[in-house]
Amino acid sequence: MDLPSLLQYLITGLTVGATYGLTALGFTIIFNTTGIINFAQGEFVMLGGMMSVFFMRALGLPEPLAIVLAVAGTTLLGALVERLAIRPVRDCPAINLVIITIGVSILIRGAAMLLWGKDTFALPPFSGSAPVSFFGAALMPQTLWVLAISLLILAGLKTFFSRSIHGKAMLACSYDPKAAALVGIGVDRMVLLSFMISALVGAVGGAILAPITLTSFDVGVMLGLKGFAACILGGLGNPFGAAAGGLILGVLESLGAGFISSAYKDALAFVILLVLLFVRPSGLFGRKDGKRV
Amino acid sequence: MSMGYRYDMRWLAGLLLVLALLPPLLGNNYYLTVLTMCCLNAMIAVGLSLLVGHAGQISLGHAGFYGLAAYTTAALSTTLGVPVGLSMLAGVGASAAVAALVGLPALKLKGHYLAMATLGFGVILSILFNETVEITGGPSGFTGIPRLSLFGVEFSSDLSVYYLIVALLGLVVWLSFNILHSRVGRALRALHTSEKAAQAMGIDIARYKLFVFVVSAAFAGLAGVLYAHYLTFIAPASFGFSFSVQLIVMVVLGGMTSVPGSIVGAFFLTVLPEFLRAFENVEIVLFGGILVLCMMYLPDGLAGGFNRLWRLVWRLIYVRADKYRQNRQDRQDRRDRQESQDRQDVQDRLEMLDRQDNMDGKDGGDNG
Amino acid sequence: MAEPLLVCTDVGVRFGGLQALSGVDLTAGTDEITAVIGPNGAGKTTLINAVSGMVQAQRGTFRLGTDDITRAQPHERSRLGLVRTFQNLEIFSNMTLLENVMTGCHARLRVAPWHSLLRTRTSRAMEKAIQNEALEVLDFVGLFELAKYQARDLPFGKQRLLELARALAARPRLLLLDEPAAGLNMSETQLLADLILRAREHFRLSIVLVEHDMDLVMRISDQVLVLCFGQVISRGAPAQIQRDPQVIAAYLGDDED
Ligand SMILES: Nc1ncnc2c1ncn2[C@@H]1O[C@H](COP(=O)(O)OP(=O)(O)O)[C@@H](O)[C@H]1O
Ligand SMILES: [Mg+2]
Repeated sequence: MDLPSLLQYLITGLTVGATYGLTALGFTIIFNTTGIINFAQGEFVMLGGMMSVFFMRALGLPEPLAIVLAVAGTTLLGALVERLAIRPVRDCPAINLVIITIGVSILIRGAAMLLWGKDTFALPPFSGSAPVSFFGAALMPQTLWVLAISLLILAGLKTFFSRSIHGKAMLACSYDPKAAALVGIGVDRMVLLSFMISALVGAVGGAILAPITLTSFDVGVMLGLKGFAACILGGLGNPFGAAAGGLILGVLESLGAGFISSAYKDALAFVILLVLLFVRPSGLFGRKDGKRV
Repeated sequence: MSMGYRYDMRWLAGLLLVLALLPPLLGNNYYLTVLTMCCLNAMIAVGLSLLVGHAGQISLGHAGFYGLAAYTTAALSTTLGVPVGLSMLAGVGASAAVAALVGLPALKLKGHYLAMATLGFGVILSILFNETVEITGGPSGFTGIPRLSLFGVEFSSDLSVYYLIVALLGLVVWLSFNILHSRVGRALRALHTSEKAAQAMGIDIARYKLFVFVVSAAFAGLAGVLYAHYLTFIAPASFGFSFSVQLIVMVVLGGMTSVPGSIVGAFFLTVLPEFLRAFENVEIVLFGGILVLCMMYLPDGLAGGFNRLWRLVWRLIYVRADKYRQNRQDRQDRRDRQESQDRQDVQDRLEMLDRQDNMDGKDGGDNG
Repeated sequence: MAEPLLVCTDVGVRFGGLQALSGVDLTAGTDEITAVIGPNGAGKTTLINAVSGMVQAQRGTFRLGTDDITRAQPHERSRLGLVRTFQNLEIFSNMTLLENVMTGCHARLRVAPWHSLLRTRTSRAMEKAIQNEALEVLDFVGLFELAKYQARDLPFGKQRLLELARALAARPRLLLLDEPAAGLNMSETQLLADLILRAREHFRLSIVLVEHDMDLVMRISDQVLVLCFGQVISRGAPAQIQRDPQVIAAYLGDDED
């Protein structure tokens, strides 16, 4: 295998992996404040792409504006989901909440199908589609966009959690909700915020990926699955791990598709994930489960 | 939670009776198909409720075991010409064996990590069903599977297959109740609550987790082989990730720790889409919405909801009956009291006379 | 004194950079009550964990009677007669009291799972026997009347008794009690002390007792081991320990943190 094609697979893998990473970040943020896996996370990603397409085509808006509106809309939807479906039943066992998010994801997917049909759509690339040669590999401008925006989001979240008062409060909630409540942090507000941020991050991921992989009402299922896998791979609860897990998964998949067979690329990714879990039961960067006796 | 073995057996008898009587009442062949699917899904859900509800080990890969058994029996009986009874046995065996192999490392994982591992396993199987076209027929499916026949008896009509499936569902439920009302069931519930305490009581938690995982996979496998020979056609779409999720939803929606609940959940979730089909496009939206609402307003599942409803109705009836009885009792009491008062009066007077007769007499208080 | 039942030598446990136990020797005499005391964080629970196999000790050997249990799994140690309770209650809250205690009998009457699966006569007879036995144990600790209640509905003090009953139902040779009196009031502690002494007689137990309540320790123990920062600083008869200046120093705090 020559260097350019290896590089090519690496680039493709990183691009897709960045979206997995963003999806995984969304999972992590909600998991950290609520302890639940939000099965509707993939749907947020789908909405980011589909709504952008919709705003561009149906309303004739310019692409950047359409994307901003799509992200804002998805964020709003994230807030609605929390207020209407999660907050009223916050005290139920976690598994019930997880099932509720499954219901929500089915609902969103169904609504998307009703609104936009079963077709596949493409979003135009943000800046042209002429590939740049990079050590013999073809580098699409959109790839650079994806990587840059993902990095930006990651940096933004990092500052948010380490600098802003809301971010610190959310971290506090994730360590110990009761203690956080005791020092006057509104846990309800933080959960709402976590749903909004997750939806936002997911939607951005969906919008930047849509020009590369196309989008349709049901892309959320597979993306959600991969995002969850990335979380677990990186170690559930660790945002850095989630992002890294996404990239690793993306690269593995791309290499698998290139070197073995594209039909089995997903299978390969999951086989590696399983083997890894059996060797490191709490993910690559997970805290060892040190529960005291 | 558990109301005793007798109670559960009576419930099982009731279930079988209802299922036996339903087909003639429904008449229509389409309804019979739906009902058969309900029973098959219930079979899987019951096993899954042992695993998830009682032992607390989540699996998002049970559709894989269902499919593995279905494809095994399909390939053996159709391609290799193995007798159907034997190939079905092999199908169930394959599911159980693979569960044992996967479970050995996977069940060391906890919570979401276990969910991920089982999910990954399910996805891998589902990809294999799709891609090994020479064996499985690929995405377009496996056709021409022979119909059910056991020990030379051909189950030629759909009704006869239905009754066989009901009987096997009965068997599955019976086995499950046996497990739950035994030391194995206690061990499972123990390790669910506290693995440490379970170990401290000498319970080999790895062994019991594996046991219940294999049993639940075998139940799913049984449903799978029946499904294959009932429909005579299978396709990978029926055994994917979304069906695994649906199975978990059946269990949780029905009421995690209740075998009857998971059966009700399976029936509900199987019938609902058929029922919503009338709404065509909005079908999925309605389905999602109903799922959310059910889960929000019935936190302990349909079984819990039914229980509460039942208790309410019972109390209404009972309170009514009780009030009536109370009223009658009151009237009777008053009459009795009057009577006894009269008698008392008489007695008192007699006693008084007695006492007057012998002023130094013993206590006259021994009237009771 | 008879042959000691439990002999642990040179036990060392490390959590990352923290040496929780080092060079600890613990022996528990047959039919004796051996108390382990020490300030908070001294490593008492860790010692119990190491003995019961729930924490893997990096160093040391463990011997129960004639068996070397150094490499045994927790449940195997339990089956050999080494049963413990927990400092933070670990009762089966979703079961009735009766079921809790019946679970304690789990390892004593063993049959293959298929007996349970098919509800064979063996299985039914065993259930009956276990149930009777569990009721007896519940009676012994004074919870007989509550047998059908859910364990989670019990007040804290009774939950502690339940955990003790569950452990007794396993018919241990050696019972490890981790702060059984924590959270109990004076009179409950009194009752507990009596109960422990009665249990020792009735079930012929040896006991290792981790406890903070010095009155309780002085009253019922035969031997005392004092841990401080993971090391044994003193051992001997209760009266002797009470006078040991090192122990007094450890308790009145001249630790520098
Ligand atoms: N699982 C664990 N992981 C890391 N440190 C632990 C763990 N368990 C106990 N420790 C540490 O070991 C020391 C001894 O703890 P412990 O045995 O619980 O003390 P005690 O029971 O005497 O109060 C403490 O400093 C505690 O923080
Ligand atoms: Mg302690």
